[in-house]
Amino acid sequence: MKNNPQQFKFPQARSYSWVTPAIILLGLVVLWEIWVQFGNIPKWQLPAPSAIATELVASWSLLLHHAYITLQEIIVGFFLALALGLLLATAIVRSKILERAILPILVSSQTIPIIAIAPLLLIWVGYGLVSKIIIVALISFYPIAVNTIDGLKAINTDMVAMMKSLGASRWQIFTKLQVPTSLPYMFSGIKVGISISVIGAVIGEWVGATGGLGYLIKYSQPLFLTSRVFAAIFVLSVMGVGLFALGGLVEHLMLPWYYAEKRAKSSNQ
Amino acid sequence: MVEITQLSKSFPTEEGERKVLDNINFRVNTGEFVSVIGPSGCGKSTLLHIIAGIDEADDGEVKINDTANSPRLGHVGYMQQKDLLLPWRTVLDNVILGLELKGVAKSEARQKAMEHIETFGLKGFENQYPFVLSGGMRQRASFLRSVLLHQEVMLLDEPFGALDALTRHQMQEWLVNLWQKLGNTIILVTHDTDEALLLSDKIYVMSARPAKIVMSLDVDLPRPRTHATVTEPEFAKLKAKLLAQLHEK
Repeated sequence: MKNNPQQFKFPQARSYSWVTPAIILLGLVVLWEIWVQFGNIPKWQLPAPSAIATELVASWSLLLHHAYITLQEIIVGFFLALALGLLLATAIVRSKILERAILPILVSSQTIPIIAIAPLLLIWVGYGLVSKIIIVALISFYPIAVNTIDGLKAINTDMVAMMKSLGASRWQIFTKLQVPTSLPYMFSGIKVGISISVIGAVIGEWVGATGGLGYLIKYSQPLFLTSRVFAAIFVLSVMGVGLFALGGLVEHLMLPWYYAEKRAKSSNQ
Repeated sequence: MVEITQLSKSFPTEEGERKVLDNINFRVNTGEFVSVIGPSGCGKSTLLHIIAGIDEADDGEVKINDTANSPRLGHVGYMQQKDLLLPWRTVLDNVILGLELKGVAKSEARQKAMEHIETFGLKGFENQYPFVLSGGMRQRASFLRSVLLHQEVMLLDEPFGALDALTRHQMQEWLVNLWQKLGNTIILVTHDTDEALLLSDKIYVMSARPAKIVMSLDVDLPRPRTHATVTEPEFAKLKAKLLAQLHEK
């Protein structure tokens, strides 16, 4: 056996990278179930995973109704953030004056806790979807803008000289060199932004809403419907993971060269 | 034809102006292969930047085909040590970049490029991303990008500096063949005396900063020259002259 170290290799480790965390997670769920079952912990305090699963099935249509509302807020808010983030990043990179004028405001705006602004939004635009959409957009545009700014600035001067010597205009250098260079950075921002947009939607619903998973959690808790709280949290995290994965998928489809090169480099090492 | 008269250039530094180019004069006839050789950091790249139009001189004139200080960007080919292929474009889409910037339709540009793909040793790799290619192939793709633009004057800034010795020799031979076929004017910057002697009709030696032209050497070795040429006495004589000038303090 010692002469054959090949045997101990896990050759496709990369493509099964989700296996290990899945096993750990499953182990934790089993431990949780055993602890609740044998520790006689009351259901209103901590429901067992099996009870949460039962609740998931029983309240499926209720959960779906609220999940749909939350998802709407996230998607509209996120695309608003994307448009705003890319527009701001472009403006800041293309104009020194705008960089000096806007960037400090942008950075300092992030020190204001969203949870403090949320009640104001209720006063201004009411309890409907709009206030949540604004909160989602506010919270997720920042990572998109900052990463895209970094990406647009990541061009090297030799590349610019090459483009100029081929007769490129300033606009062509922007569209054919700067924008493609920035895409991997932009997608990092998008993946962070889409993950925290779920948090944004829940904060918005928490402060005041008429529907959504955050609203459902807030109104199930005083009634000690703890399994329902957990079921809603489960749906939220599935939503978050799903949206993140969707971002990753779009990135793979849009940047095939980036991943092909990364794979080739890592297999050479 | 390239004619440079009384070209000077300084860069501001913390200790004041630093003169990089000091009254440079030289002339390269159409179809001529000229090398500029000098110690590293002497301002050779600055000189090429000015000829290419990427940078402007403080004083003096650059004449391309008898037009003084005409817009040169896009008309003078400029190749660096790094191939500078765009990693998100396939080889074919990289080589048509110049045509695309000029507004030629992609399909037409691709068709044009395909006619040259074999000459440039890129056949079968058109649809690959650049990272798949070897150093020599990447450098040839970078050449093709300029050739497709019909840039008559080509500036080469140590284009083979990053390649291994064997590949470098192959690329040098390939370059001479290409140049003889296309008949364009080439200015090569290098610090390799063998490379300069093997490829050029004429060599200009630059001094350390502030750079002046301190010697002009006609290389009258018969063509075709091969790598056996380096062992011939005529070659050795020229090389000795060149080295003596380069090592003069």
